[in-house]
Amino acid sequence: MSDDKIKRREFLKLGGKAALLGAILGGAEYALSLGEYSPFNPPAKNLSGAHVVKSDNAYPDLVAVKSADHARAVAEAVALAGGIGRFISKGDIVTIKPNVGWDRTSAQGANTNPTLVAAMARLCFAAGARKVVVADVSCNETRRCFQRSGIEAALEGTDAEIVLPSENNFIRADLGGEILGAWPVLRPFLECDKLINIPVIKHHGLCRGTGAMKNWYGVLGGPRNRLHQQIDTSIADLASFFRPTLTVVDITRVLFRNGPVGGSLDDVMVHDIVAATTDQVAADSFGARFLSLKPSDFEYILEAEKRGLGKSTGFTMVEKELA
Amino acid sequence: MTSGAFPASSSRSWRKLRRVSQALFFLIFIILLYITEFAFTSAKTPDDAILPPPILKFFFQLDPLTGIAAGLSSRLLYGGLALGLIIAIATIFFGRIFCGWICPLGTLNQLCSRKSFDRKGAGRGFLRRFRKSNADSVDDTPGQVTGKLIDRNRYHRFQTWKYYLLIGLIGMALLGSLQVGLFDPIMIAARSIGMVIIPAFNMAISDIGGWLSGSSIGIIALIGKGIFALGNGIFIYLKQPHFQGVFWLALIFILILLANRFITRFWCRALCPLGALMGLLSRYSIFGLHKNHAVCNDCNKCLANCQGADEPQGSVPHRRTECHLCLNCLASCPENVISFRFQGPDRAVYTPRPDLVTRRSVLAGAIGLAAYPIFRSGDQFVRDSSFIRPPGSLIEEDFLARCVRCGQCMKICPNNALHPAGLETGWEGIFTPVLIPRIGYCEHTCVICGHACPTGAILPLDIKAKIGDTDTPPNRIGTAFFDKGRCLPWAMGTTCIVCEEWCPTSPKAIWLEEVEVKDRNGHAAILKLPHVDPDKCTGCGACEKVCPVAARTGIYITSAGESRDPRKALLLKKEIG
Repeated sequence: MSDDKIKRREFLKLGGKAALLGAILGGAEYALSLGEYSPFNPPAKNLSGAHVVKSDNAYPDLVAVKSADHARAVAEAVALAGGIGRFISKGDIVTIKPNVGWDRTSAQGANTNPTLVAAMARLCFAAGARKVVVADVSCNETRRCFQRSGIEAALEGTDAEIVLPSENNFIRADLGGEILGAWPVLRPFLECDKLINIPVIKHHGLCRGTGAMKNWYGVLGGPRNRLHQQIDTSIADLASFFRPTLTVVDITRVLFRNGPVGGSLDDVMVHDIVAATTDQVAADSFGARFLSLKPSDFEYILEAEKRGLGKSTGFTMVEKELA
Repeated sequence: MTSGAFPASSSRSWRKLRRVSQALFFLIFIILLYITEFAFTSAKTPDDAILPPPILKFFFQLDPLTGIAAGLSSRLLYGGLALGLIIAIATIFFGRIFCGWICPLGTLNQLCSRKSFDRKGAGRGFLRRFRKSNADSVDDTPGQVTGKLIDRNRYHRFQTWKYYLLIGLIGMALLGSLQVGLFDPIMIAARSIGMVIIPAFNMAISDIGGWLSGSSIGIIALIGKGIFALGNGIFIYLKQPHFQGVFWLALIFILILLANRFITRFWCRALCPLGALMGLLSRYSIFGLHKNHAVCNDCNKCLANCQGADEPQGSVPHRRTECHLCLNCLASCPENVISFRFQGPDRAVYTPRPDLVTRRSVLAGAIGLAAYPIFRSGDQFVRDSSFIRPPGSLIEEDFLARCVRCGQCMKICPNNALHPAGLETGWEGIFTPVLIPRIGYCEHTCVICGHACPTGAILPLDIKAKIGDTDTPPNRIGTAFFDKGRCLPWAMGTTCIVCEEWCPTSPKAIWLEEVEVKDRNGHAAILKLPHVDPDKCTGCGACEKVCPVAARTGIYITSAGESRDPRKALLLKKEIG
């Protein structure tokens, strides 16, 4: 019996020592691992402007190309905007942000046209990009969205990598906005050399219409459903933080009512237009006309312009129709 | 002639073969459960419906009890349930090979059993003790085996319980209440492993991987990343599912496994209704154990290793209806007394039938028959309550006549929307699927659950039948209602309408009214107030899922207006056709 007790005491002592050692090691490990992207330290580098190319008066602010051959329209629009070499350098890691928000087919107009995404990925590789990531934090089940939007299928055969929003792939970033502070952001949108936005112009019940700047909702995790309470400020905040290298606007078909989800082909009008711009405010301002609205009908456009993010009017524009 | 179809010299190889078969079928079972996940669905083109592979239903269709009971309760043999005939016919000829060679729960029970309850294993190591106590080990020591284990492995009257349970369940099924799913070993294993073990295991892997890969020590971080790279999509989910009420599933599973520590394969011997059905079918099997009593020295080693408590030992008749054909007796007999072989139609060996007491059988049947009116008269209220069934579900009465609670629909749902019910669907509906929109809504064009259902409780819809078109009404699972005391625009004058944004119908079921409101300081503002159009709403629950009001949402779904039940129709409409 007494033997037993000694054994127990020794055992407890040993256990205590082991626990102490573990705590010290664990604590040290924890302190060491508080790197740049730990939940407690937002990324140090300020992304705002990091991806932006220098403005160049040789090129128009916005290019719009009309063609039923959408891949050609993308190539032509990018060429007129300065050529892919203006935006992508050899060895770049490029993240492309299409709108893959909804479990909808391409024709229904709720997501970005897959042809545009694939064409853009190919252009980036042609310009020497090391890696092209296509990512979105979808609203509906994300695998269904990538599948039914046709984007997964369109990217087969390109070397672009789809990054799905798995729970462990978000980084908390301080967006430094007026209403948006620290939010979880899907990693590829923070860790890239070049950022390309490929939004789709469509109707929205709350802010009337959405395009380039609202597309940044789709980089966030967390309780996005609260953003709508101040939707215009949220959009302007996101556009202040995420300033893309290039915005390619999908106006091939426009969901002009019942957005942003749609569901019926009756809600969609075909335009076959692809726009390319370095100015996301101009992108949305140009998109407004396809919703039969003026740029000044959108509060977030006005707010973004006030913040100096771009021009809602008076931007230089080249329009071209391909035969 | 005493030499069997399996010569004694190869008796151990036959047992080895049985173990291989068990391992193989168990592996198939686990793989099928693993691929019952959205990641393993596919569509031919983006315009086609995303569907699961049909092979998922394999084990459920192989189960003759499901076929018979669901066939009785729904008066229909759905889809591949006829596959159960293969096992049933095999049982008629070969006995309960399913129990000993195929059944995944039987395999688990066998693994969890002890060989000797009172004999301490030699040595202290866990593994050695496990090996020593493993039910499948063979004792080579000479002399007669005695002790508690021998008594426990003898035939006991409690082994008749399963027959009474079967009779009761069949009685219920006859009148239309299908409760076999609660007790069927395939369903128990599928529910427990599929909804408790696998999600928990995957979560652990993902958490460990996440923890390691966050390390500042390069090698540890590399191991963590390796875990993610290897496990992604199979052992690590894109989105970890959470199932409501898994505690009860886990508890039942643990109790079933734990019982083996006291009585080997207690579940299989005493309670399994599928085993009872096999027992009845195997009574006249032409293949079975044959004892040559003349050379038996009553060492009882066969008895000590017996899985089914079917009396393989000397001086009593073998009970074929209890035998799992594990062949442990064959392998452990030192005198080659036992053989398994085909016996002619004039079988010399007498096999007692399950010693059921007629009065009790009648009572069990009567209880089963009585349960139906008791459930249905008492639970009428429940059937009018607010729970939501998966899209394409049959009307509740028919649904309960088909659902075997296998959990396939819940596991495969891409949105983790379906959960095993507690008592909210009544006593008859325990573990049947209910949709909890706040956890996951029903994806507008998704029809996967109906295509994973082995019994047709949920019909396999196509996209058109799900969402409707100009001529066809959509499949509604309920209707959305605003709680105007909690909805942000209605109650607090705050801009919101996320519900309208997500509403998937065209035109949207949720529509907006622009009104001018004043805040507490008298400032006027334009506000969009959301309304529900019940004619457009399909009850998918996307609005409830994304409502920013936590705890009790500003919009919620109830089953009012669900397509499957005309009694719950919301609007007065002239029926066509």
